[in-house]
Amino acid sequence: MNDKKVIWKRKPLIKNRLLRIGLILLISTYLLSVFLTTEIDWQRILEGIPRGKNFIFAFFPPDFITRSDEILAGIFESLWMTIVATIVGILISIPVSLGAAKNIAPKFVYFLSRGVITLSRSFQEVILAIFFVKLMGFGPFAGMVTLSLSTIGFFAKLLSEDIEDINKSQAEAIKSTGSSWFQWVNYGVQPQVMPRFIGLSLYRLDINFRESAVIGIVGGGGIGSTLNTAFDRYEFETAAAVLIVIISIVMIVEYTSSHLRKLIK
Amino acid sequence: MPIIKQKDYKTWKKFDRKRDLQNWLCWFLGTLIFSFCFGLISSKTIWFYVFDSHNEALDLLGRMFPPETNYFLTLIKPIWDTLNIATIGTTIGTLIAIPLAFLSANNTTPSKKFLRPLALFCIVSSRSINSVIWALLLVAVVGPGVLAGIIAIGLRSIGFCGKLLYEAIEEIDENQIEAIEATGANKAQIMTFGIVPQILPAFTSISIYRWDINIREATIVGLVGAGGIGIELDAQIGDLAWAKVSVILLAIVVAVVFSEWITAKIRRFIL
Repeated sequence: MNDKKVIWKRKPLIKNRLLRIGLILLISTYLLSVFLTTEIDWQRILEGIPRGKNFIFAFFPPDFITRSDEILAGIFESLWMTIVATIVGILISIPVSLGAAKNIAPKFVYFLSRGVITLSRSFQEVILAIFFVKLMGFGPFAGMVTLSLSTIGFFAKLLSEDIEDINKSQAEAIKSTGSSWFQWVNYGVQPQVMPRFIGLSLYRLDINFRESAVIGIVGGGGIGSTLNTAFDRYEFETAAAVLIVIISIVMIVEYTSSHLRKLIK
Repeated sequence: MPIIKQKDYKTWKKFDRKRDLQNWLCWFLGTLIFSFCFGLISSKTIWFYVFDSHNEALDLLGRMFPPETNYFLTLIKPIWDTLNIATIGTTIGTLIAIPLAFLSANNTTPSKKFLRPLALFCIVSSRSINSVIWALLLVAVVGPGVLAGIIAIGLRSIGFCGKLLYEAIEEIDENQIEAIEATGANKAQIMTFGIVPQILPAFTSISIYRWDINIREATIVGLVGAGGIGIELDAQIGDLAWAKVSVILLAIVVAVVFSEWITAKIRRFIL
């Protein structure tokens, strides 16, 4: 009698043993090379810890009052910027997203629109903002242009994916009544993507407000400029107040927009 | 969808009168808000600069071309740093996000009254501060360099991964857990055999998605001194060396397209 027990073992995540070991080796060599090539100045970090402590304590207590005018002005500027930029961005995105949908656009237009989307997506808002501030001068207008252009990449990409997923028979039914191209888009395509369209707009509004806090740092106006000024003047109490205001507004906007999106669904 | 009777024929309209009025009102209010906001912005704009911007743009493009191609060799190290910031930052972020997600998911949290709101607060505050602002704070604490960038990206990723992951945990199939429970498994075993296999696909796709985003974010944390290609970009813009700036921008586009291609490949391979 052999008393072999039957033991169950969990299946390994990757079946091929060679691949498994290879992956582990690859990851460890990568980590090692990262560790060897990044200079981390431990001396500086040790020095930085008490400095960091001072720095963090300098934030307390947050001072809302001394610069309350600037903070309020900054927030309102950010809000206007966000609203205008979202609307302009969406208006430009609509034709781009129609062009970037495989089932609607001819090949040539499709590649052109995809190119526009990729270009708009590859540069961060901050990088775009640096250039538009240089081209158009400081202030909210440069920030607005930046936000509108970066809205295109996000909005047109997601909307065009939704347009590609529409129910073909509905669109065909409209076409068979002898509609023109615009009538076809308006009655056959638009009603199908409308819920997604509204959801995306709200989502983008939320993102644009968050980004408007950052592009101010490079001169694009809004609450970011207030934050940057506070940092430059070493008024960390005010900076803390600005950060708290940004966080709470972002929370409110995010909560409302997700609530609205759920309502629409 | 009403059919309206004219004198001697019927016509079809998309909406009835009430809906038409509602739509019209929405458009009206929207236009009003838009023009109001735009007016406020335009009052703060010096239009001379805006109308002059095409000349400025042409001038800038003239200075950017031809790009100084041999400058690319000095960019290899910053690009490598940028990739590392994104990769290590994502790893740290997801590792911290996992326990937070389990604490904040309704069905796995140990205490609904105390720990769940705390974990949710961590997730939301990490999400609402942009990585550049995190970097701005961290450069002051740990000094300029790659480490500040890694921590900034990591901190920013916690919120994103934590939120998506806890939503995935809340949507798991309870039957499978019950089946594991019925075999007499303890809490840890339920976790490893009941919950983890169910959220593993979501976890993989979330971390890959975040890595893709982080490559983009890692290009800009350098603008405030936190390592990567952003430091070079900031320095060359400061020097007004536009022929070098165009090389950096090209490098960023290549890096972003490359990361997008890789994530698409991995996703197709795994899912």
